[in-house]
Amino acid sequence: MSAAIGLYRPGTSLLHRAPAGLKLAALVAAGVASLAVRAPWEVAAVLVGLALGYALARIPVAVAARLLRPVLFLLVPLAVFHAIVTTWQHAVVVVGVILALVLLANLVTLTTRSSDLIDAVVWVVRPLRRVGVDPERVGLLMHLGIRSVPVVIELAERVRDAQRARGLTTSVRAFAVPLLVGALRHADALGDALAARGLDD
Amino acid sequence: MLIEFDGVSHAYDEYRFAVRDVTVTLTERRIGLIGANGSGKSTMARMLNGLVLPTSGRVTVDGLDTARSGKEVRRKVGFCFTDPDAQIVMPTVAEDVAFGLRRRGLSKAEIRARVEAILARHGLAGHHDHPAHLLSGGQKQLLALASVLVTEPDLLVMDEPTTLLDLRNARMIADLVANLDQQVVMVTHHLDLVRDFDRVLVVDGGRVVFDAPPAEAIDHYLQLMASPR
Repeated sequence: MSAAIGLYRPGTSLLHRAPAGLKLAALVAAGVASLAVRAPWEVAAVLVGLALGYALARIPVAVAARLLRPVLFLLVPLAVFHAIVTTWQHAVVVVGVILALVLLANLVTLTTRSSDLIDAVVWVVRPLRRVGVDPERVGLLMHLGIRSVPVVIELAERVRDAQRARGLTTSVRAFAVPLLVGALRHADALGDALAARGLDD
Repeated sequence: MLIEFDGVSHAYDEYRFAVRDVTVTLTERRIGLIGANGSGKSTMARMLNGLVLPTSGRVTVDGLDTARSGKEVRRKVGFCFTDPDAQIVMPTVAEDVAFGLRRRGLSKAEIRARVEAILARHGLAGHHDHPAHLLSGGQKQLLALASVLVTEPDLLVMDEPTTLLDLRNARMIADLVANLDQQVVMVTHHLDLVRDFDRVLVVDGGRVVFDAPPAEAIDHYLQLMASPR
């Protein structure tokens, strides 16, 4: 869950120095281009290119692998399914493309500060100002979202501990209700803090 | 700075008052607010920066009415909450400190310099780009405090800043507060923290029931808590 936070690895490589907007644009372009991939050798070429990118950014293999673990649950069954139902070539293309896109997205996250990514998004949504969207607010919302992930995880752990202390229960409601109440209470406190720090002034 | 409560009440509805008819003038450098849970001391503290507005009466800070000039008041009054997790709004340490400096017409270089300086002063220099959630409890409260102090408020209001901290961290915050140039109003259950303050108010049932130098005020509070309701 903490994928969006604390992943950034400081560095000075070309990839680190590239503007966040450019990296985001490249990610979108790669997503569109991925629809045109047809042959296994094309997938292989892309993966080699990505490996070079990771090397350039000096990301240890262990770090890259750890970030891939969550998607393996999806990719392995998908590969097996396609290999049986269609052809192994097709399996390689489907799974390879998803793998490549995840690798690319992770590479962007690893080499870009979240604040720079958010600034890029804020820049992109600027034209929406005309229809009443405040880009600064959009950025703040993203920051608050990222900041709230660890807070809510901690809250969930506390609720689970409290449940354990009272004897194990599998009731979803007994977990969800205190978590929701806690989250709302946190939102209130956060609102106070934002007001105290002059957000609306 | 001159803080004035003039006939101030804050009511949730017709019958339930958080603060009831408080009139008090505060000028001292170190002011403590002590009282039981739900006594109204926290509400009083929140009135100092317009976070809570009086339903009747007037709160002025340096002559500014908190209801009418909230923005100007908040520029002068920094507020430190009990739970730093709620106060830290940005994902990383430096971003959170910089948050308070937005829209002050400062250049990026100047913001950076001020952030660096305040982090160094609070022993957080090495944590510049660290995610805030990886800090220890004491470090989080330091960060929350640094983020408030970077805006150079004239008055610092602290609402139970040490309640969630262990003894060592509580003492660290106390030392830090002792060395501040700012005027401080502190709400606390840690009576030791206000022992060398200039003036301590005991709040009970939404009213200021005792107002004296710390030693007498603390004695009064201890007696109040020992007596049956």
